[in-house]
Amino acid sequence: MFIIVIPMKIAITATGNSLESTLDERFGRCSYFVIYDTRSNETEFIANPNREAVNGAGPSAVQLIASRGVGKIVAMHFGSKIIDLLESLHIQMIKPDSGITSVGEVIEMLGRQH
Amino acid sequence: MTESHAFRLAVASGKGGTGKTFVAVSLFYILQEKDLPLCLADCDAEAPNAMLFFKGEREKTMEVTQSIPLIDEEKCTFCGRCHEVCTYQAIFILPAMKVIRVMEEICHDCGACYWACREDAITEKEISLGEVSRYRIAGEAFIVESRTRAGVYSPVSLIKAGIAEAGNKGIIILDAPPGTSCPFIQTVAPADYVILVTEPTPFGLSDLKQSAETLRSLQKPFGVIINRAGIGDQGVQQYLKEQAIPLLLEIPFDPALAVAYARGLNPAASSQALGEALSDLFNKIVAAYGNCSHQR
Repeated sequence: MFIIVIPMKIAITATGNSLESTLDERFGRCSYFVIYDTRSNETEFIANPNREAVNGAGPSAVQLIASRGVGKIVAMHFGSKIIDLLESLHIQMIKPDSGITSVGEVIEMLGRQH
Repeated sequence: MTESHAFRLAVASGKGGTGKTFVAVSLFYILQEKDLPLCLADCDAEAPNAMLFFKGEREKTMEVTQSIPLIDEEKCTFCGRCHEVCTYQAIFILPAMKVIRVMEEICHDCGACYWACREDAITEKEISLGEVSRYRIAGEAFIVESRTRAGVYSPVSLIKAGIAEAGNKGIIILDAPPGTSCPFIQTVAPADYVILVTEPTPFGLSDLKQSAETLRSLQKPFGVIINRAGIGDQGVQQYLKEQAIPLLLEIPFDPALAVAYARGLNPAASSQALGEALSDLFNKIVAAYGNCSHQR
């Protein structure tokens, strides 16, 4: 019997590229995306290329994240234009409790859930 | 100002609720006395309200639409060319997952994606942005109202269509939307002169500065009306003096006038003094700037 484990990747919006960095208030225009793999417990930091984009930063961010197989996104705020898009892609949106401020704390919170 | 060239006067502000429509409908009221074609274009397309002050017969309504790409997912090969040419990032694509979506509210109807597609997978779909209506108020006096459909991202196309419908004859008053972004710029761009209406408060001053800077970069001649004069502080007057911006008129705060306005009465009909002051002001503006259309 095989047990198939689906790798679960979670994207977190961050203001910097370390676990101590605070969550970025913005989704599409955040400074970094942190891709956290719940299976391997590894984190990858990706500088957001659309941070200064004039148009469509939200959809571009979704494109970047979805193409990496992310199933959940943790951000403080999701814009109206991308909520429908994320729902149609079955990507879950998570807003952390107000007490959680750093990337490390989010990962800790996620660890408790798995 | 001649029969063949319109004189366009925009009434704008930065801050909402300072009295743009108050001034615009008053001007329209007094200018009906002149024997010239007259049109008020209500360019506040997200909340048009000039018609609240007039009775008129609707002569015409036209729908304003834009094209949106419609992608046939059977024909699409997910090559990404449409996505690459889209300046506005309105096409969302995940080739590996065979997902392609058009973000309708971001699309600017530029047409690049139709051109880019080699598979003939993109066709045009018309969506409604809103309506432009033309009302005859009396004789050759009209109100053209632009009204955006709820949920539409930008009112700019509606404003453009409304200004075109207002024509090119006589006097055209453009009642601008608040703010200083694209809808404001679209409204003031064809104007020969711009009246900025403000209130003597820090809020009024802050937004007045933005409007004045925008008009300067557009090289538009403009002056300021201070509405509800007597309230607030002296900040606006001081700023106008420092910047050598003409103070065109001060309309004193008058609760009786506000009450009448809230009941839908035209301010120039309720206050003869206001009507006369605006009439004088209009004549001065036309004397100074009325020939702009010929010189351009």
